[in-house]
Amino acid sequence: MYSKGFKPLAIATVVAIAASFALVFFYAPLDADQGFVQKIFYVHVPMAIVALCGFVAGGIMAIKHLRTGDRSWDMRSYVAIHLSIILGTGVLITGAIWAKASWGHWWLWDEPVLVSFLIVFLLYCVYYPLRFSIEDPDRQARYSSVFAIAAGAFVPINFAAVRLAEAVTHPRVLSQTGGNLPGEMRLTFLVSIVAMTLLFVTLWKLELTAKNASMQLKSLRRRLELRADESAPAAPVRTTA
Amino acid sequence: MPALPLDEAGKYVAGAYLVFLTLIVIYVAIIGAKVSRIDRELGELVELTDEEKAGRHEL
Repeated sequence: MYSKGFKPLAIATVVAIAASFALVFFYAPLDADQGFVQKIFYVHVPMAIVALCGFVAGGIMAIKHLRTGDRSWDMRSYVAIHLSIILGTGVLITGAIWAKASWGHWWLWDEPVLVSFLIVFLLYCVYYPLRFSIEDPDRQARYSSVFAIAAGAFVPINFAAVRLAEAVTHPRVLSQTGGNLPGEMRLTFLVSIVAMTLLFVTLWKLELTAKNASMQLKSLRRRLELRADESAPAAPVRTTA
Repeated sequence: MPALPLDEAGKYVAGAYLVFLTLIVIYVAIIGAKVSRIDRELGELVELTDEEKAGRHEL
């Protein structure tokens, strides 16, 4: 079901990641201000963008689930959020490394971009206990979808609020004037975003395939157990006088 | 803050890219373990149904 077209997608992902790494280290020029440390930008920013888009995509899939009642959309939403949280962890760690190298601190609490991303990340960390504290599968899917929609709507609002805030130290990469990236850096950045997006879609399909196979296996096992129970001789019925 | 010299900056850059690669490798390893568990359980089910079939034929 989900494994259709997986192989070419996986190959495209590997090629895109290799191309982006090659561009980062052999093509993109050194930043005049930050020097070699700026290379972290090509992994940190695409990861952040794809993670935030993944959260929003999870919300859109959750809307689809509530509209159609099809539980497969809830599963898609769950996997998108799960992957975005993993990428979010990467964003926080690589961001801290970059901050230490260029600002001399692992974390700055007065920097709106950092704190807002942490808020979004922590918000989505609540998704797991919420989802797995509900045993009934239908209610679990419904409640999780409502959360995914509300949190998904919060992501662009949060992003807009941060853009409106005055940046103290965090650089602006994408702006209405096209940002301040020269041609080679821009190309490298775009290839990195494409590679990260392909990686996200590939891993999303991979996890969905595994989850779908696991669910089908469970249902097969249940059906076989039922059949075994039906074919087993009935237990003698004890009657009371 | 002035730009770090290449040898010092290299450690940070390597660290950041290693974090990214490690996350992906751990994730793929976990999914791989799940898939191999599914494969094993599927094998058990096939064996079970084969035994059931053989039992029916004997009857």
